[in-house]
Amino acid sequence: MNFNFVQNLNKGKAFVYGDDINTDVLAPGAYLKYSPEKMSKHCLESIDPDFVSNVKPGDIVVGGKNFGVGSSREQAAASLVILGVRYVVAKSFARIFYRNAFNLGLTPLICEDYRKINNNDILEINSKEGKIKNLTQNCEYNTNSVPDHLLKIVNAGGLLAELKNKIENNTLKTLRFRKDN
Amino acid sequence: MGMTISEKIIAKSAGVSLVKPGEIVTCSVDIAMIHDSSGPRRQGPRLKELGLNVWDPSKIVVISDHYVPAVDTVSANILKITRDWVKEENITNFYDLQGICHIVLPERGHLKPGLFCVGGDSHSPTGGAFGTFMIGVGATDMTAVLATGEIWVRVPETMQVNWSGKLNEFITAKDMMLALCGRIGLLGADYMVCEFTGETIKNLSMDERMVLTNMTAEVGAKTGIIAPDNTTLDFLSSKNLKEIDMELCSDEDANFATIEKFDANTLEPQVAAPHSPANSKNLSEFRGINIDQAYIGACTGAKLEDLQMAAKILKGKTCSKTTRLLVAPSSTKITAAAAADGTLEILTEAGAILLPSGCGACAGLGAGVLSKEEVCISTTNRNFKGRMGDQDAEVYLGSPYTVAAAAITGRIVDPREII
Ligand code: SF4
Repeated sequence: MNFNFVQNLNKGKAFVYGDDINTDVLAPGAYLKYSPEKMSKHCLESIDPDFVSNVKPGDIVVGGKNFGVGSSREQAAASLVILGVRYVVAKSFARIFYRNAFNLGLTPLICEDYRKINNNDILEINSKEGKIKNLTQNCEYNTNSVPDHLLKIVNAGGLLAELKNKIENNTLKTLRFRKDN
Repeated sequence: MGMTISEKIIAKSAGVSLVKPGEIVTCSVDIAMIHDSSGPRRQGPRLKELGLNVWDPSKIVVISDHYVPAVDTVSANILKITRDWVKEENITNFYDLQGICHIVLPERGHLKPGLFCVGGDSHSPTGGAFGTFMIGVGATDMTAVLATGEIWVRVPETMQVNWSGKLNEFITAKDMMLALCGRIGLLGADYMVCEFTGETIKNLSMDERMVLTNMTAEVGAKTGIIAPDNTTLDFLSSKNLKEIDMELCSDEDANFATIEKFDANTLEPQVAAPHSPANSKNLSEFRGINIDQAYIGACTGAKLEDLQMAAKILKGKTCSKTTRLLVAPSSTKITAAAAADGTLEILTEAGAILLPSGCGACAGLGAGVLSKEEVCISTTNRNFKGRMGDQDAEVYLGSPYTVAAAAITGRIVDPREII
């Protein structure tokens, strides 16, 4: 999966869904065999058939508790990234999804005030300060601070980009370089 | 302060003497398991891009189980990519169409107590039944593991799941796990390790213990684990494994974040209603619901003992005319064993349709998916909306006894009424 990783997609419309948005909803099994790009066209279709046609780069998905529950399939996070989403705001995240998200350059933000966000509200996110501005309602919410090592991953553009940096800087020992390279 | 089993394994693989929940440490990986779906087709190109080979081919196990056997050119291609990559990387631990990864891994002797393992699949906690600390990760995390042999983890807290008493006849590990899902919910053990303890656990076979650790994925746990005992030792010895750490256990003064206590004596058959394992209740609440398809399959529900349980109910009986029974044994070795001991004969005489050993309909990938508005009862581990086929299909979860009983009567019924 190679994305043209664009940062600073931190302002957009909120798409609000409920609790337990699972990986079968984010990345339906029937399309798993296809490319991540093709798969992303079916993201969330079982609960919101219009999501894929309406979502724009920078838009923000808002869930309730346990966002991303289910399988380890990375396409659940990748689909959102491909569609231009860089932030998911929720009360809590399933652990594999949480890791996958950072690894792919999607920042999951834990926010107690998630219920106050309405569909179509315009949000602006400052993940460094842990703030979400709701420009529609003219108010601000706090988010849990993101651990440093995860911020580093997401800022590098994902885990692979970070790994690339480490390889270039020679900070890893166990590597076996390909002979054909 | 003492440590739990998981803390001990994490500390050892991080090369430190002590770890505490919440700390972030980097662990070296003993075994990395990947399958056709989340595996080579994802990591191959990425490793190439990084200019790397895998860190140690002998520590990688590759299992093709999700798209087997190929049903179209897309899945055929995924399987071919897997075969080609394994050759290119000189990986000899490759099981092609031999069964489901979580079953094949211990069946072929890759797991033992004290190992720190990662799997490219959410049900990787299954390995905990063997005293292995095994977590599921996504494809990018796995790429980094294959490249470096390391992974960062946040040391999880441990929840003790304690079962006392004796299970009644026809009550199984599946009922135990559905009861846990029903009680604590999909996030009940969020980020924790579920360590199973107590007299009931000691009396369970390895097949049944694997159901417990497998389904810790359904309560949000990082993994599940069970201390090794003689049952574990017998199993591992049969795989010719040596140097088995039988001392591995949680210290008496180890810190458990919470303890969930259950009484096996009073446990009734459990059924989870659509669309979540957390919708589990006593079977009696769902009695009479009509069933179109009964599915015995997946890593959770089609091991040899699961098939034997189904056979116990189905012996000399026939499936309802309105219900089809599909059976996909979890591995080819299990199929062979069930053929040898007569189990398969009982199942097929009752009308069961035998499917290949693989993930199949469990994740909506292979044969046996559901149509709109169809109702299925299944021995699989999760019943999320759309997972086994159409978005408008409904899936109930139950033990192999319960699923077999439904196949006979065409509706949900207590298996003890059938005998
Ligand atoms: S059988 Fe089902 S739950 Fe098990 S690994 Fe395959 S898809 Fe996952």
